[in-house]
Amino acid sequence: MTIYLPIAELPVAIFAIFAMGLAVGFISGMFGVGGGFLMTPLLIFSGVPPTVAVASVSPYMAASSFSGALSYLRKGMVDLPLATVLLLGGLLGTASGVALFAWLRSVGQVDLAIAVSYTTLLGAIGTLMIVESVRAMARSRSGAPPEVRRPGTHAWFMRLPLKMRFRRSRIYVSAIPVAVMGFVIGLLGAVLGVGGGFILVPALIYMLRVPTQTSVGTSLVLMLVTMTAATVLHAEANRTVDAVLALVLMVGGTVGAQFGARAGQTLRAEHLRLLLGLLVLSVGVRVAADLVTPPADPFTVTTVWERH
Amino acid sequence: MRPGAPLGRLTPLGAVLLALLALGGAFGPARGQTAAPPGATAQATLPRDRLIVTVSQPEVLISSNFAGVDLVVFGAVETADATVPADVVVTVRGPGETFLTWRKSRVLGLWINTDSRTFIDVPSFLSVQANRPFDRMASEETQRVEQIGLAHYILVQRVGPDFADVVVTDPFRAAFIRTLSAEGLYQEDQRGVRFLAPNVFRTGISIPGRAPIGRYTVDVILLRAGKVTARASSTFNVQKGGFEQEVTSLAQNSGLLYGISVAFGSLIVGFIANILFRKE
Repeated sequence: MTIYLPIAELPVAIFAIFAMGLAVGFISGMFGVGGGFLMTPLLIFSGVPPTVAVASVSPYMAASSFSGALSYLRKGMVDLPLATVLLLGGLLGTASGVALFAWLRSVGQVDLAIAVSYTTLLGAIGTLMIVESVRAMARSRSGAPPEVRRPGTHAWFMRLPLKMRFRRSRIYVSAIPVAVMGFVIGLLGAVLGVGGGFILVPALIYMLRVPTQTSVGTSLVLMLVTMTAATVLHAEANRTVDAVLALVLMVGGTVGAQFGARAGQTLRAEHLRLLLGLLVLSVGVRVAADLVTPPADPFTVTTVWERH
Repeated sequence: MRPGAPLGRLTPLGAVLLALLALGGAFGPARGQTAAPPGATAQATLPRDRLIVTVSQPEVLISSNFAGVDLVVFGAVETADATVPADVVVTVRGPGETFLTWRKSRVLGLWINTDSRTFIDVPSFLSVQANRPFDRMASEETQRVEQIGLAHYILVQRVGPDFADVVVTDPFRAAFIRTLSAEGLYQEDQRGVRFLAPNVFRTGISIPGRAPIGRYTVDVILLRAGKVTARASSTFNVQKGGFEQEVTSLAQNSGLLYGISVAFGSLIVGFIANILFRKE
């Protein structure tokens, strides 16, 4: 059974798209990330034009992050001041990202930009997470305390001016690196169709030393706002948001996320981080493989978005 | 009946169809046109043909379960003296569109898009069908002039400051046709047209699900002994149905409102999901 996507202008197998939403939702619920880094490549692989895929994943992630953020808000695991500072940078990043995306599309290098950024980001973050979680596992096996918080060891960027105290996260840092972090996440979100949760959560944990649960909750709130903004901006600037595609994805995704969250609670934090690290790294390696192996057909045809 | 059925045998079915088509052609929306053969010498030896063409469905409406549609083109030939067998070429063109064909090559170990050609206002759908191989019905020259077949269809490229078609073997042109053929958007069947009777023919056109929206033209040429003796054309529209059309026009005309609606809808879905699963 197929459903016709009015903006992508092609029929897709509705159950395949729904299952994709379910599977990615499961993973995102389990790890507390948006799952855009999996969803966008899957959609492109299913024949949806990259421009439509990137733009239509935004409303999907707005829905799933709202669903998740509500749960974290109730549990008091969202640092709203931290989210606000991240957001100030994030909105600026999203706007720049939508403009950058439009420019990359005009010069035909969207594919390259997406592939190179995916490889670099996912490779680096995946490796980082794997190394850290293996260390944490080794530490807990040898009987050492699971995590040592050393308040004195602040990196140089945390000592910049404009220092702020974020109570929920139990940190006292400069607002500048936080806003820059938000900007980078917003930019990546708009260009790559990723929420950036898989970057923001580790960044908050390892760079700002925010507790894991609060990192996830705060990241979800940030994602909610940036993805809602990205939906509106993509609809306005690129006209490539497919409402039907987004709806099918979000119904599957929100259901899958609930089961994923339950599965995630049965795992230990460092095991969860190891699994996420492996997943992120394998997506990065997969994209890198496409970039370095000779393509089956070196030619691709794209539509210049105008009809006569 | 096999393609290119023997002449001089008019089956009852064929006769009825011919009569129907003649009526349809005269009064229906798809009106045939007649044209004199190109050469004066041809006019002397070949009969004056009148060609009538009609499409089974003048309008294709895309609804949410649309996954492509098969149309039928019917044609009838009115002729005084049919001693020379007729050949038919049916060319269906979708709305013009501009495409970019990219070529990847290896730069610093990475395969990236390095070279591109722009195909200006070329058909987004192109189907060429005939009752027998093009080479047997017309000379190379005629095939080129009449743009018979994908190989002879003029696909205008932007080459530097100029606009021109290139040789058939051009790799960008070949890749373009190969890619669109793989998506079912470009088709060629040199035995697709079937003569139901000596003067009545039909052919199917398969419109794929991802076919572009817009006006399609059906051009039919009739050849006798390698010379074009008549032409006719018809059109049909592929357009989105009610809901699909409304979504598209909202997205196109008021992007901001559309974006806000989609974003708001997403939040509602997220909220509902959260409430539904909250109890447990």
